[in-house]
This record gives sequence, structure tokens and C-alpha cells, in this order.
Amino acid sequence: MSAYLLRRLLYAVPILLGVNLLTFLLFFMVNSPDDMARIQLGAKYATPEAIERWKAGRGYDKPMFMNTQREGVACLTDTLFVSKSLSMFAFDFGHADDGHDIAHEIRDRMGPSLAIALPSFLLSLAATITFALLLVFFRATAIDFWGVAICVMLMSISSMFYIIGGQWLVAKLWALVPISGYAGGLDAARFLILPVLISVVGGLGAGTRWYRTLFLEEISRDYVRTARAKGLSELAVLFRHVLKNALIPILTGVVVVIPSLFMGSLLVESFFAVPGLGSYTIEAIQAQDFAVVRAMVFIGSLLYIVGLVLTDISYTLVDPRVRLG
Amino acid sequence: MNIQPIFLWTDILLFVLLSCMFALVWHARRHEPLRAAWRQVGRNPVAMAAAVVLLAFAAIGLLDSLHYRERLPERGGETSAPAVYSTEVLSALDALLAPLRRNTEKTYSAPFARALFQKETVELDGGGQARIHPPLQHGARHLQAGESLAADVLLRAVGALPFALAASLLFALGLAVVVARARRCGLIEALRLIARGQTALAWRAALATSFLIAALAAILTALAPLYHVFGTDKVGQDVLYLSLKSVRTGLVIGTLTTLVMLPFAIVFGIAAGYLGGWVDDAIQYLYTVLSSIPGVLLIAAAVLMMQVVIDLHPQWFGTAAERSDARLLALCFILGITSWTGLCRLLRGETLKLRELEYVQAARAFGASAAAILRRHILPNVMHIVLITVVIDFSGLVLAEAVLSYVGIGVDPNTTSFGTMINMARAELARDPMVWWSLTAAFAFMLTLVLAANLLADAVRDAFDPRRS
Repeated sequence: MSAYLLRRLLYAVPILLGVNLLTFLLFFMVNSPDDMARIQLGAKYATPEAIERWKAGRGYDKPMFMNTQREGVACLTDTLFVSKSLSMFAFDFGHADDGHDIAHEIRDRMGPSLAIALPSFLLSLAATITFALLLVFFRATAIDFWGVAICVMLMSISSMFYIIGGQWLVAKLWALVPISGYAGGLDAARFLILPVLISVVGGLGAGTRWYRTLFLEEISRDYVRTARAKGLSELAVLFRHVLKNALIPILTGVVVVIPSLFMGSLLVESFFAVPGLGSYTIEAIQAQDFAVVRAMVFIGSLLYIVGLVLTDISYTLVDPRVRLG
Repeated sequence: MNIQPIFLWTDILLFVLLSCMFALVWHARRHEPLRAAWRQVGRNPVAMAAAVVLLAFAAIGLLDSLHYRERLPERGGETSAPAVYSTEVLSALDALLAPLRRNTEKTYSAPFARALFQKETVELDGGGQARIHPPLQHGARHLQAGESLAADVLLRAVGALPFALAASLLFALGLAVVVARARRCGLIEALRLIARGQTALAWRAALATSFLIAALAAILTALAPLYHVFGTDKVGQDVLYLSLKSVRTGLVIGTLTTLVMLPFAIVFGIAAGYLGGWVDDAIQYLYTVLSSIPGVLLIAAAVLMMQVVIDLHPQWFGTAAERSDARLLALCFILGITSWTGLCRLLRGETLKLRELEYVQAARAFGASAAAILRRHILPNVMHIVLITVVIDFSGLVLAEAVLSYVGIGVDPNTTSFGTMINMARAELARDPMVWWSLTAAFAFMLTLVLAANLLADAVRDAFDPRRS
């Protein structure tokens, strides 16, 4: 297993390199640092000297891939690609346009992101699987039909309307919780209830329908008929046998997103003014802070690859027949 | 000539897509398995109703894609001077909705309102000032001071219904003629079959839906020039007009993105699956890299870069409309390039399976070239996956547009879209009393469009997916 893990992690390196190269091409080749400076400074102030100063202040005054003015290894390392892009492998993300250290900012903002994303993820998983099993329990009845109809309806509503509607109904009309904001410690619960609730409801339609199809496929298998023939109740069949055997397809979709929970949710955090990574990303996009966007792209793909490896490991935990090697 | 037709890039591509769809229909008519599958879709009443709704949206979108520029009136008597055209690019839909486009108010007004939403200080005739809700410049202007607004609205709405009824009757008669010819029965018998829902295709559902749409259209046609049916927004634009204009943006994003994505996904997918070896490795590497970047971030990165390019080259675009259009098209390309990986993976998997089947082996034994096998044997047999993915993706893309526009990486702020509408309306929610109508209008239109697309997608998947029969 450890040999397998090592191989998987080594396999991740070329992919991350690809991501790194791709973002470098996007951010430095499509538009040169001079263009960036011109946009950031504004057309009025973009004199050649100001552009040079802007570039020098941020370390953009280097050649792309080859520095012919340096000798030896420095010819390759003292370049934009190494100092701005490859350096991310060492978690050195540099500074944002407002001068803050990006790595430090990311560490600070992970907590609030996770405080919303983790409960939302767990509750939503539990809710969707339960609803899906219920629909399967009542399959081919009116409850199933209308359940699916409601799911399609829920799926067709933009996530922004869930947030706006929830804020209006729960926070404004009923005044149960604050509309937005965030506080540390135990006080956070007051601010977290609504965003978590909205995330769960927003994902209910698509999730329930997805798991329902999955369980319906599973329920036509032979072992289900055997379990019923033994005289087990339908509920026991569903929750004990079908759920367990459907774990592999469930894990395939679920485990891969777990590491990405750190990234938070863009929309929810931004609407609720939560100081997490999601709102950080949105602010960076809106302020055209390219250094932050590049860092988030790199971290996002790193977490995704970690998620893929975790998925493989989770298979061995739920299915003894799967051996990694 | 008083107008100069303008062909924006998205217009051209939309009409190319439309002709592709006609070609597909023609192709499907001649192939029995495809006809059978489509007939199964047509037997589903929900799918037929959804298709009628989508056709109505498509008609709005296509009308909004016929662009032109109006000729400016000549100054003085110089008739020989070269024609000067307005910089404002209009569409056929704008021409139809001219009263709505022109009837702008000063700022917010509620649906069917007679006065502005906010109080303003006005000078009284006899001197002095007062803070009142000033009456609207266009909305409900035809009413006298004491006249009841509700009665007028009701009267006009009911008065419009006969037109809808007449249109639906004509449609029903047309259908009956078709059914009568297919069944070789009388016209009355055909009408009875349709009313009982006993026709081969679910015409009754289609008829009922088209009556609803016709009724809605007739009522709006009667009321919209006189009232602001959905109110007005911050700068006084009619919200109904904005909602109708947003339809095209949603359709462009939902369809053109797929058009961009398909060549990549199909070529790479079946090449990787069939050829294997280093081709497979390279393509797998490519799509793993692309799909490991979180979608929104990749789109954000690409859109930010595109914005810089557009900002630095203003000389490329003659009018503001061309500029917004370039940005819309670029957004479609970016969404397409970031979203082909899912379909590519599916096609690769399916091709891997097909490659080992007897008929493909036989074709290879006969010495058919790889290109010929891919085209004749593999491609037609993976097309159902392509079709299902295309219809399922549509609704997701319409929803994604709204989110991306909110984040600031969507369409140009000048382009009317559901995303920009929500974005503008969102800031006003904190107001008390609330400005709710823009949001409600965007919600209603989006829900109808996406729900219809989702329902049709389900029917198409059930009909074409061999695992679901």
C-alpha cells in the first residue's frame, strides 16, 4: 500500500506541473507583465517609468524562462517561471497586491471556510441519502413520482435564489439569525446556521435524484432478492444491505470533494460575508489580483489530486476485495 | 434602406447551430432507430410540453439575434451625404418591443404602479413644495384620476384572451389535419383523438402548453405597452423588457458552449479510446490537468486574461455591442474549453468497450483504416452519449452564467442577462420596503427555462440511454 501511495503521489507531480505551466502561460504569456501593469495603474498613469517601477516592486522585472544575464544555474532559476510559478510547490505564494502574505492569509481563512463547508457537506450527505432511500422505499408510488418532481424543481432553481430567499425569509422576515457576518468561537454558531441550512437545501434536489438512481440500480441485484426472501423487512434491506453495497459508487463521488472543502464555497461565503477562502477568491477576482488567483488555482488542483488518492484508499476500507498495489 | 443589418459573431454561430439542428432532424427522419427514440420522447407529455416552452424561448432568442442599426435622420437637406447609422445596435425583438424599450421611467416603480416607488420633492403649482410619489411618465398614464386600475387591467387581460384562443384553435386544426392524414380518418375524429390524448405523440400536452403561452403572450401584449407589468429597475428600464432580452444570453451560453466543446470532446475522446498507447496517455494527461483545476477558478483565470486583452485593444470593436458580443463569445469558448473533459472521459470509456466488439474487429480484419472505423463504426455508436450530455449540460450552463456574472467573470455588464439582473437587484434587497420585482422576474424566467430544459433532458436520456429501457 505504501508503495502504491508513493507511486500515486509521484504521478501527481507531472499533473501539478501541468497545472503550474498552464496557469503560467495564462497569466504571463497571454498578457505580458507590462499589460498587467498598464491595467493596474490605469491608462492615465501608465508611463514607461511607472510600469518599470510597478514590475520591479512586485518582482515581475525578470525574463520568462531564460535569464541570459545570469550565469550557471541562476540563468534558469532567476526567471519569472521559477520565482513566480514553480515556487508554489514550496507553498511560497508571494504577496497579494495589497501587500499581504498570501500563505498567511490562506491559513487564517481556512478555519471559517471549513466551519461552513464541513457541516454543510455532512448534513447534506446524510439528508440526500436518507431522502433517496425513502424514495426508493416508496418506489413506483405517487410519493416517488412527486418526490422526483420536487427534486427536478429544486434542481432548476439557481443557487443564488436559495441564498437570497433564505436570507430574506429566515434572517429578515423572521429575524431568527443575523443576515450576514461572522464571529469566532462559540458565537459563530449563530452566524453559521443559515448558510449551512441553505447549502443543504440547495443541494437537495440534484443529490437526492443522483442517489435514487444509484440505489435503484443496486436494488435489482440478486442479493437484494435473497435478503427479502430471508424475510428481512424492506427497511432493513435498504439501510443495511443496499446502502452498504452502494458505498463504492457513493465514495467515488463524495471522497474526492472532501479536501476541497478547505476552499470553501464562493457564493455562500460572499453573500454571508464570511471571511473564508471562498470570499477571498471572489475578492481577488473582482480586484483582478492575479497573484491570489494563481495561488488558489494551484491549491485547488492540489486538493483535488489529494482527493483522488483518498478515494482509492477509501475503496480498500469499504471493500476488502480491493487491494492497492 | 433605413437599416443596416449587423451580423454579430454569436448571431452567425446561433444560426449555424440552427441549421445543424435542421440537418440532424433530416438525418434522424431517415434512420429508423433514431426515429423510434425520438418518437419515444414525443410520446411523453411532459417532454412535449417542455419542448413547446423551449421553442417559445428559442423564438425569442432568435428574434433577438437579428441585429441591425438604424439610419440617423439626415441633417439639413444634404440628401447626397453618405448614410450615417446610429451606433446603437438593435434587434428584431427590440423593434417588436419598442414601446417597452422606450417607456423608461426615472427609477424604481412597482409592477402595475401608477407612481414612482420613492418619494420625491416636487414643486407645487401654487408655489411651495411637497414630498409625494411622483406619477409615472408612461405606466398607467391612460387612466383618469378616479379610474380603477384593477378593473382596467382585468378588462384588458380578458379582452386579450379571445386572440389566444383563436391562435390555439388554428394550431389545433392544423394538428388535426396532420393527425387525420396520418391515421386516414376524418377531421372530427382526429380532433377527438387529440382531446382524449390518444394520438401517437402527446399532442394534447403540446396544445395545452401552447395555449398557456399564447394566453400569456396575448395578455402581455395587451398590458405591457400601458403598464410596467414587472415594474422598472433602478434606471427606470422595464423589467419585462430586460427579462426577455436576457433569454438570448442564456440560450447563447447554453448552446454555443456545447458547440465549442463538442469537437474537442469527440475527437479526443474516441481517439484516446480507440488508438490507445501514447495518444491515450497524452490525452488523459491533458484532461486530468484541466479537470484537476476547480472549474470556477480556471474560468476566472481565463476570463480575467481575456478582459485584459479586450481592455487593451479597444480598436478591435466598432460598437459597444460588438465588444459585449466578443466577450460573450469568449465566455462560451472558455466555458467550452473548461468543460469538455467530462464528455471526453465518457466517450473514451465507451470507445474502449466498442473497440473489442465483433463488428469493429471484423472491420479491422477487412483492412479498414482507423479513420474509417472511427467514422463509420465508433462515432455513430457513441452519439447517444453526446446527445444526452448536450441536453443535460444546457440547463447547468444557464445556471452557471448567473453565478459567473455575479462573481464578476460572466458576461459584459452591458449585456442583459439573468446574472446581471440578479446582481443589480441584489443590492436593493436591504431597502425597506423591498424592491422584489426584478428578482422575481429573473427567478420566474430562469426557472421556466431551466425546468423545461431539465424535463426534456430527462425524456431524451430515457429514450436514448440503452441502459434505461
